[in-house]
Amino acid sequence: MVTATPDTSEGAASMALPKLQVTDLSIRYGGTAALSDVNLEVREHEIFGIIGPANAGKTSFLKAVNRMDLFNPDMEVGGEVRFNGVDTSRIRNVYGLRRRIGVVFPLPVGLPLSIYDNVALAPRLAGQKDPAELDVIVERCLQRAALWDEVKDRLDSLGSLLSGGQQQRLTIARALSQEPELLMLDEFSIAVDPVTTMRIEDVLKELRQEITIILVTNLVQQARRLADRTAFFLEGRCVEIGATEDLFTGEVRDARTRDYVEGRFG
Amino acid sequence: MFDASPLNRRNARNEMLVRLLLGAMTGLLVLPVLLILGTLVYKGGPIISFEFLFTSPTNGMTAGGIFPALLGTIFLVLVALLASVPLGVAAAIYLSEYAPDNWFTRAINLAIINLAGVPSIVHALFGVGAFVIFFRFGTSILAASLTLAIMTLPVVIVATRESLQAVPQAFREACWNMGATRWQTIRRVVLPNAVSGILTGVILEVSRTAGETAPIMFTGAAFFLPFLPQSVFDQTMALSLHLFVVSTQVPGMPEELPFGVALVLICMVLAMNSLSIALRMYLRGRKRW
Repeated sequence: MVTATPDTSEGAASMALPKLQVTDLSIRYGGTAALSDVNLEVREHEIFGIIGPANAGKTSFLKAVNRMDLFNPDMEVGGEVRFNGVDTSRIRNVYGLRRRIGVVFPLPVGLPLSIYDNVALAPRLAGQKDPAELDVIVERCLQRAALWDEVKDRLDSLGSLLSGGQQQRLTIARALSQEPELLMLDEFSIAVDPVTTMRIEDVLKELRQEITIILVTNLVQQARRLADRTAFFLEGRCVEIGATEDLFTGEVRDARTRDYVEGRFG
Repeated sequence: MFDASPLNRRNARNEMLVRLLLGAMTGLLVLPVLLILGTLVYKGGPIISFEFLFTSPTNGMTAGGIFPALLGTIFLVLVALLASVPLGVAAAIYLSEYAPDNWFTRAINLAIINLAGVPSIVHALFGVGAFVIFFRFGTSILAASLTLAIMTLPVVIVATRESLQAVPQAFREACWNMGATRWQTIRRVVLPNAVSGILTGVILEVSRTAGETAPIMFTGAAFFLPFLPQSVFDQTMALSLHLFVVSTQVPGMPEELPFGVALVLICMVLAMNSLSIALRMYLRGRKRW
């Protein structure tokens, strides 16, 4: 079981426990390293940005947090990921872990269910049966994902037949419907128009009051707008972690970070 | 600029020849089907009547109808379905959704393919040994149907597995990421979207089962019975065996009677196949992604 109560033996008395504590994380796919020796912390109620070019290991990082290695026998995870202080590799009830973590991947997946059922699925899986309660959750999540106005009159049409951008927002609504403690977004804006992207960014800023967010993005300006701290991944390594503003004002330890942020490679 | 060069002309001629040749081959393929159906309708058509379908044979089977055989075939198919569908669908769900990809799973898949390749007469002898003798069902509808079920199990498993695997993996992962268990994912997302393929596979299986003769011949189907079966432990007549009997075993048979029996049998099978095609078209029209 995952428990929200921190492991007291970890010296939690002095300061708040990090939401996510990653130690020496390495990920290999059938012998090929995708990510090596990543050490970082994601604090409660922050937006943690991850930037970096393709093939840097950003998506693999998210997969390891959500224990998606269980879907893929080729994926080997080494090191330690602690969620709320609990080592995720020792959690027997991975379903409980995944329910607390919402994920949105770049390719939108509208499940072949009605729009309503797409968003009501997670609450139903968690045992929510009250129709009135479900109505409230569905509307709130679709509102937050900036999709409600477009679909409120056809909630029973199929989610898998929406346009790409709408499906992406449906996926976000679905992730929010889990009422996650941690929301991980992987290049969510890839299929979404700029105006809607800004609306969702506003929602993310609001959500920071309640939950923790990891934002993987290839738009460095998006990281600058949203993230409190940002990590720069390159070729399977975490090159730099710092306050976002420092990364963008050139307060960096590694010259490659500055080059990437300023668009000199990528 | 668009004048045909000799090369162009040769290509155009070859194109026409190939098209003709391939078209002719396809036409040739249709010929036997038309001939079979035409002969059956021409020679057996006149005998088909309400009496023919709904009365028992009389006069040493040289007159009367085929009702016991028609009913027997329907019984055999239904009982075979009751056995093979739950078993086959369950096995296919396990193989597609749960089984790890290792040598053991691959061996099971290979065994299923081989089971599909076993000749029906071998299935028949297996049925005699297993169901008639070992399980003491005797020659009965139950023994014959179970033999048919074993024989058609691979079709059900393969059809089900393929329809399950046609559901995109992304749907499963999206569900798992929300904390759904495998079974919750199968029940809410995978099965509802695979059901059309499973249904069509099952119906195709039915039509195959209806025409089989060898597997039921030694396990439960009788030449002639003066009464209708009362339970699954009784023997029954069946259309396919009846056709064999009236065509070859009875002297003084009127010529049109075997053709009539064959026509009824083939109409049953064609009706099933059409139903399957219609269902597939209907469900494809409602495809959900």
